[in-house]
Amino acid sequence: MMASSYSTKEEDGHQSGAPGPGGGVNAKSRKPDNTAFKQQRLPAWQPILTAGTVLPAFFIIGLLFIPIGIGLYVTSNNIKEYEIDYTGVDMSSPCFNCSQNYSWNSTKPCRCSVSFSLDQPFESNVFMYYGLSNYYQNHRRYVKSRDDSQLNGNLNALKDPSKECEPYRMNDGLPIAPCGAIANSLFNDTLELYYNDPNGTKTLIKLVKTGIAWWTDKHVKFRNPVGDGSNLSAVFQGTTKPVNWQKYVYQLDSDPDNNGFINEDLIVWMRTAALPTFRKLYRIIEKQGDATPTLPRGNYTLLVTYNYPVRSFEGRKRMILSTISWMGGKNPFLGIAYITVGSVCFFLGVVLLIIHHKYGSRSNNADISS
Amino acid sequence: MARESGEAGALKSCEVRKRTKRKSKKESKSRVVRAGGAQEPHKRYANNKIKTTKYTLLSFLPKNLFEQFHRFANVYFVFIALLNFVPVVKAFQPVLALAPVIFILSVTAIKDLWEDYRRHRSDTEINHMDCLVYCQSQRRYVEKYWKQVRVGDFVRLRCNEILPADVLLLSSSDPDGLCHIETATLDGESNLKQRQVVRRFLDLDCEFDPSKYDSVIECEKPNNDLGRFRGYIIHRNGKRDGLNKDNLLLRGCTIRNTEEAVGIVIYAGHETKSMLNNNGPRYKRSKLERQMNIDVFWCVIILLVMCLFSAIGHGLWMFQYGETRPVFDVLSPGGTDLSPALSAVYLFLTMIIVFQVLIPISLFVSIEIVKICQVYIIHQDVELYDEETDSHLQCRALNITEDLGQMQYIFSDKTGTLTENKMVFRRCAVAGIEYSHDANARRLAMYQELDSEEEDCTSHGGTLPRRDSTGSHQSARVVLRSQSTKSHRRTGSRAEAKRASILSKHTAFSSPMEKDVTPDPQLLDKVNDCASQMEFMRLHAQPLAQLPSELSDIIDFFVALAICNTVVVSSPNQPRQKVRMRFELKSPVKTIEDFIKRFTPSRLTSGSNSSSSSSLATRSSAPRAGSSLLSSPSTEGTLLRLEEEKSPGPLEGSFRPVPPHSASEEAELRYEAESPDEAALVYAARAYKCALVGRLPDQVTVELPHLGKLTFELLHTLGFDSTRKRMSVVVRHPLTDEITVYTKGADSVIMDLLRPPTSDDTKGKRQRKTLYKTQNYLNLYAANGLRTLCIAKKVLSKEDYAAWLKSHLAAETTIQGREELLFESALRLETDLQLLGATGIEDRLQDGVPETIASLRKAGLQIWVLTGDKQETAINIAYACKLLDPEEEIITLNADSQEACAVLLEESLHYIRSKFLCDAPEQATRAPQDDPSSLPVLVHRLGLVIDGRTLAYALDRSLEDRFLAVARSCRSVLCCRSTPLQKSMVVKLVRNKLKVMTLAIGDGANDVSMIQVADVGVGISGQEGMQAVMASDFALPRFQYLQKLLLVHGHWCYSRLANMILYFFYKNAMFVALIFWYQFYCGFSGSAMIDQWFLIFFNLMFSAFPQLITGTLDKDVSAETLQDRPQLYMSGQNSEEYKPYMFWMNMIDAFYQSLVCFFIPYFAYSDSDVDLFTWGTPITSLALFTILLHLGIETKTWTWLNWASIAFSVALFLTIALCYNASCPSCYPPSNPYWTIQRQLANPLFYLLCLITPVAALLPRYFYRACQGTLFPGPVQLGRQLDRLPPEARRSALGQTKVTGGHHFASQPPLYHIPGFFCNHGAEGYKKREASTDSAKEGVGLSGGTATAEGGWGPDAKRSGLPPEVDTLLYLQGDASDGRSYANAAVAPSGFSLADRATPPPPFTQHECVPLTTAATCVQSAPGGEGLGLPPSTATRPEGRTADSLETTLL
Repeated sequence: MMASSYSTKEEDGHQSGAPGPGGGVNAKSRKPDNTAFKQQRLPAWQPILTAGTVLPAFFIIGLLFIPIGIGLYVTSNNIKEYEIDYTGVDMSSPCFNCSQNYSWNSTKPCRCSVSFSLDQPFESNVFMYYGLSNYYQNHRRYVKSRDDSQLNGNLNALKDPSKECEPYRMNDGLPIAPCGAIANSLFNDTLELYYNDPNGTKTLIKLVKTGIAWWTDKHVKFRNPVGDGSNLSAVFQGTTKPVNWQKYVYQLDSDPDNNGFINEDLIVWMRTAALPTFRKLYRIIEKQGDATPTLPRGNYTLLVTYNYPVRSFEGRKRMILSTISWMGGKNPFLGIAYITVGSVCFFLGVVLLIIHHKYGSRSNNADISS
Repeated sequence: MARESGEAGALKSCEVRKRTKRKSKKESKSRVVRAGGAQEPHKRYANNKIKTTKYTLLSFLPKNLFEQFHRFANVYFVFIALLNFVPVVKAFQPVLALAPVIFILSVTAIKDLWEDYRRHRSDTEINHMDCLVYCQSQRRYVEKYWKQVRVGDFVRLRCNEILPADVLLLSSSDPDGLCHIETATLDGESNLKQRQVVRRFLDLDCEFDPSKYDSVIECEKPNNDLGRFRGYIIHRNGKRDGLNKDNLLLRGCTIRNTEEAVGIVIYAGHETKSMLNNNGPRYKRSKLERQMNIDVFWCVIILLVMCLFSAIGHGLWMFQYGETRPVFDVLSPGGTDLSPALSAVYLFLTMIIVFQVLIPISLFVSIEIVKICQVYIIHQDVELYDEETDSHLQCRALNITEDLGQMQYIFSDKTGTLTENKMVFRRCAVAGIEYSHDANARRLAMYQELDSEEEDCTSHGGTLPRRDSTGSHQSARVVLRSQSTKSHRRTGSRAEAKRASILSKHTAFSSPMEKDVTPDPQLLDKVNDCASQMEFMRLHAQPLAQLPSELSDIIDFFVALAICNTVVVSSPNQPRQKVRMRFELKSPVKTIEDFIKRFTPSRLTSGSNSSSSSSLATRSSAPRAGSSLLSSPSTEGTLLRLEEEKSPGPLEGSFRPVPPHSASEEAELRYEAESPDEAALVYAARAYKCALVGRLPDQVTVELPHLGKLTFELLHTLGFDSTRKRMSVVVRHPLTDEITVYTKGADSVIMDLLRPPTSDDTKGKRQRKTLYKTQNYLNLYAANGLRTLCIAKKVLSKEDYAAWLKSHLAAETTIQGREELLFESALRLETDLQLLGATGIEDRLQDGVPETIASLRKAGLQIWVLTGDKQETAINIAYACKLLDPEEEIITLNADSQEACAVLLEESLHYIRSKFLCDAPEQATRAPQDDPSSLPVLVHRLGLVIDGRTLAYALDRSLEDRFLAVARSCRSVLCCRSTPLQKSMVVKLVRNKLKVMTLAIGDGANDVSMIQVADVGVGISGQEGMQAVMASDFALPRFQYLQKLLLVHGHWCYSRLANMILYFFYKNAMFVALIFWYQFYCGFSGSAMIDQWFLIFFNLMFSAFPQLITGTLDKDVSAETLQDRPQLYMSGQNSEEYKPYMFWMNMIDAFYQSLVCFFIPYFAYSDSDVDLFTWGTPITSLALFTILLHLGIETKTWTWLNWASIAFSVALFLTIALCYNASCPSCYPPSNPYWTIQRQLANPLFYLLCLITPVAALLPRYFYRACQGTLFPGPVQLGRQLDRLPPEARRSALGQTKVTGGHHFASQPPLYHIPGFFCNHGAEGYKKREASTDSAKEGVGLSGGTATAEGGWGPDAKRSGLPPEVDTLLYLQGDASDGRSYANAAVAPSGFSLADRATPPPPFTQHECVPLTTAATCVQSAPGGEGLGLPPSTATRPEGRTADSLETTLL
């Protein structure tokens, strides 16, 4: 306290004898520099917000947004999407039985098939999603219940998963691979799609199960641990499967490039959804040729191996078929939003125009005369 | 400070070294100092090493952290960060959560460290300064560092050295045992002060030898009272000598004019008085900050509500699942099931962590940064730089800049603040005869012109490169000054010379105006006449008593002017060398023996001229007896000049602006006075050839015409104090050998102390007449705004003197209560005085004061002037500086008792109510701009004048409310004769009771308390030293800079900071609300879609810079417009930029915007495969863009810095996001945002969102601002529109207001400079006005009303049981509000106790002003009258009125 005032005194230049900068023997004038910055005279743009000045902005925004909105709306409407709920809540629904008597622990798979028909053919690549509703994959404790190092193939993390995975870290003294609640609750329904030809035959539609995850996830973020051999089971020796799983992680797929941690279904699942109603890419139905649509109109059957229980939390399971455009899946919202905002801007612009004509002159006069 | 220790060693002569015996006296109340620094008792005393640092290397971290945790906010943030370490509630990575706290703490720590390092460096520098210390073993003076000096050491000091410690002066090279010091570092007073060698050491024949010293000093313990030192020195023979502050040289002072001095260290290091006086800087909290803290508090509440809401929501969410846990509801780490309630509790804590951003951690740091930048910019304002003193504005308080924009009351000192404090002798009255000094007045007018011309010249010279021009200017000054520079400048370096020039400028207290007084020819004649007669009488051995009393009064008058002061004379051309002509007696008389020795009856009865006691006088005057005209060249010169002056004619010829030939010889004498009016009087006396030529502690030498040098033996000096309001010197007159007391003081005091005239004889009559006349002249002087002083004398008989002396000596030697006893002793002496005359000294108004006051008042500031001056002077200055308007009514409150005061207040309140309630409509049209809307009471066109005594009553607890009620309804308040304490009490009262922001401005020590009490204290770094500056928050070189400081910088700082704080709240709320909305979609689980990095660094980095730039540089209105439209200041006064509702509006806007920013992405991504952080990243970006654009809407001035900062923010965000998202695929759990932003940037949806969301979010605000700008623009907005006008149109628009700003006056001399009695002018003006008015009737009616009211008071006062003689001097002059008519009333309240003199009004005053009172009755009732014949002071009024009415459209 005392000290600082002492030094202030010195700055004031009274400690005349003290040599150095503290001394008052200051040859140059203390006059401040007359620069634009120091005198706060930097060249500046000073917009004044009045009806008159902001008018153009409103109109421009309006005129810009409405066409964009229309464009988006049209684009979104061109996307074809079909959605079917196969949860089996209703007695009438085919999967009702499966949904009733299934729990995580049961070993016997329950199958049910759902029929539906497409009114319009799906022309380009069709993306097949499974959708879950009322499923809080974004729950805080759920989201963090994973070990990225383990998934990245770190051998230490494989044997000693992160604390974050608790309580799905160890099982029977063995580390769980992959650990954590997210992996534990991996969506394990199997969906198969059949095209019901008008002639009565059912054709299994080829579902591509790779390419559904982000490239970076598949190749950078998720990696199998590198063990002695190419045998994944050897690598995962000493670990156990997650509690709710029926298979080990190295049994997820027969294709070695889609097995273990780099199984794309696992990778997709591990990317936790933002909102409680979400869809995840399940398979891709690739367009076969230019001539035929990917999914012609007609009747289809969805064969579900019902493993995943959602009834306990009133969740819903859906299967979604969708084509996509440059702006993603079908979502008319953005187009509508653009149109709405654009119209509001335009409307407000008109209001401002009126205000400007009625009152704008008044304020201008006032300030000049006053 | 190079010196050779060998040289020092040569001085050592004596070999004997004696050690004083150690006394084991318990040191309790006093300190004992012996020779030799290393002795035992001294070890207990602090050594001279100073350490002002707070920390050491080791203690820095713990201590600094400890100090920082005193701030509640820091504790809070650390608490949150630590909370994050608890696994069940943790939201972020614990280490990451610590980052912001650590950042904030380390920024502060680095700042503290830097400050401490600077202190350390300066400490080391000071500690390692050299001084010569006597070494006992080597028996010589050796060079030592300051830090090695110990109590009891002998130090040898040479000229211009700084004292290393508090030193008792034991020896000086000065033959009279004097040592001059400059105390500017301590009290800022730059004049030289004399210090005396301890008596008995003075008598030493040889050089002082430390080794022979064996006395013991006992003195009081270290204290911080600079003006006091008590103790005694015990010599070996057991004799005691008292010590006082005149013996002590204080650390930090500089030795001047003394070749060498030796002293013993009494206090060292931290125990020195100067160190004890270093109080820490004040911490003030600004109003805005207080308001902000309330809103921070609200933020906390909002935060808690949000957390609570989330917690309850989470509990319910969990509860709805009942026993069956959904798969995504993960068990606690232990695998146990959490109950909903417990989970809710945990979640509450988690939410506090997640939402912590709402309490803006960076707000406090940002505010500090912005304030420092603002201070820097204010510092740099070239318009607040005063070339003359080479000083610019200093901001001493760093954290209250924005308070400058919110002031409502200004309390100003008068002298030195409103006025220059450059005293100019204007008039005097001696023995009842007035000498008007017309020539002097004309010369002064000429100076004024010269001044303005010089200003023109310098401004024209501005085309030259600035540095060069100032440089050459400086050097020219140096050359000029170097002649007058003191001899102690040994080296000729330019820098030092310049410092010397500054110094000497400060010390001199004298402008050419003060120095050159053109004498009144009539009076000069008389002086000459008188002197020659005295000469004649002395030659013929006639008793001087035969001299005509008028003449003797005149000569006494000038002698009193010359000697009754503490002015130090130095002749700068040659080194200070005194002929060692010692008297056998050393005065001031200190002991009874001394007195007896000196005033033995034989000597007293012996003839006056042969007295050996005045040997010098005789010696110097005797040779001149024959040819006095030839003996002294200076006398000759003056006489010659006198004759020259006489020849061309009595009036024109005597007028010489700068008598060139006399300057060469007379300018050699430099007077260093403690106060400028002393100097003015001495210079005035010199103009009458009664020049003070030398002052020693025991004698004063005055040079008189014909008589030559007369040496007055100075017996006592009773210094000035504010209670006595006078000073006296007791001298032995060399001519008459009488013991004479010359007293100089405030007229009110002196008049009471005069000897009542003996009743009947002619002499008594004459005396009474003189008294009466002098009083009239005093009133006149006061009416002309002059400072009046009375000069009186008293001749003491030897017996009386002896009697008084005895008691006085007793008083002097006591240690306890010495001050009081001395005071009483002085009172005993100063009685039965004989009036000699009166002087009128002008204190010129500073440049631009009326304009500044006018514009500050237009800015809605209430200006109160608190002055120690007398009522009349104060009122006149108030008129001159436009504080009081001639059209205002003045309520004067002078009461003698508490009861009278109560009655007066009641009556005036009643009067104000009755008057202004009935003509309220008129009031409304007249002064619409006068009432700050915050006050429920209208401020009327009234002035209140109250004197110190009444103020004391009014400040009583029982009356203060009533006093305030009266005062606040007056437009201006003038408190005269107020003491420093009263000043601070008034400020405190207004501040606490009215809850307003107060600013106190003053320049002197008497304003310090007021400055400290006010919300903002402003010191004028002008004439009267640095005390006010040291106590102030801001220091200005001149009063007029207050205008720009408040109106421009205050406004800017306030609006910038207010906007920034509001923006901060908005920003944080908006950002946090995003997460809050998300809780509805994540089961209130405390999850955040915004990556933790973004969440934590958003405030700290991404959005920090633009607001700092805006907070530092934004200008809502240009400086020119702000100054031309002071009304714009009111926006700050009414806190219009930051009202409580604005916080809530901003909060609502923040919630709206966050809703938009949340839900547009929400719907855009609803039911898609988007993952948590891929969805969160666009939201973060959107929020950032929205927040930046929001700032853009609120930014009024866009410089390239604004653009750059916004671009930088965006770039920084993108860069960090890209780097962060690309850096590590498996780090940063749980978000692991690998390649998220990259994918988003490749997604057109992202850009579409970025386009629509900010537009939608900001649409309402943008629209609202546009509508506001058109439909109901505030004054600030109109000001901005003015800025936009093309220059010509703007000038014309502003031109109208310029008139009201009072720029007219600049070309006119202030009111009281008009020669002659301006009452006449005023009366004429009003007469003309009367003719032109058509509503005179109304005025009459009004005045009638007042008359009845006035009539009503008398009985009232009597009814309340007051003694009839109580002068209920409520000067409510009805509508005769021309306040100058107070002149005829001024006699009565002046406290003149002789009733017969007080009652009849002075004839001339009455004569001059009577028509005025009648004429003025209609003045107020003539609104809009065309002021054709108005005096200059009021000529601008009509324009002002029109401008006012125009202003109403503006406001």
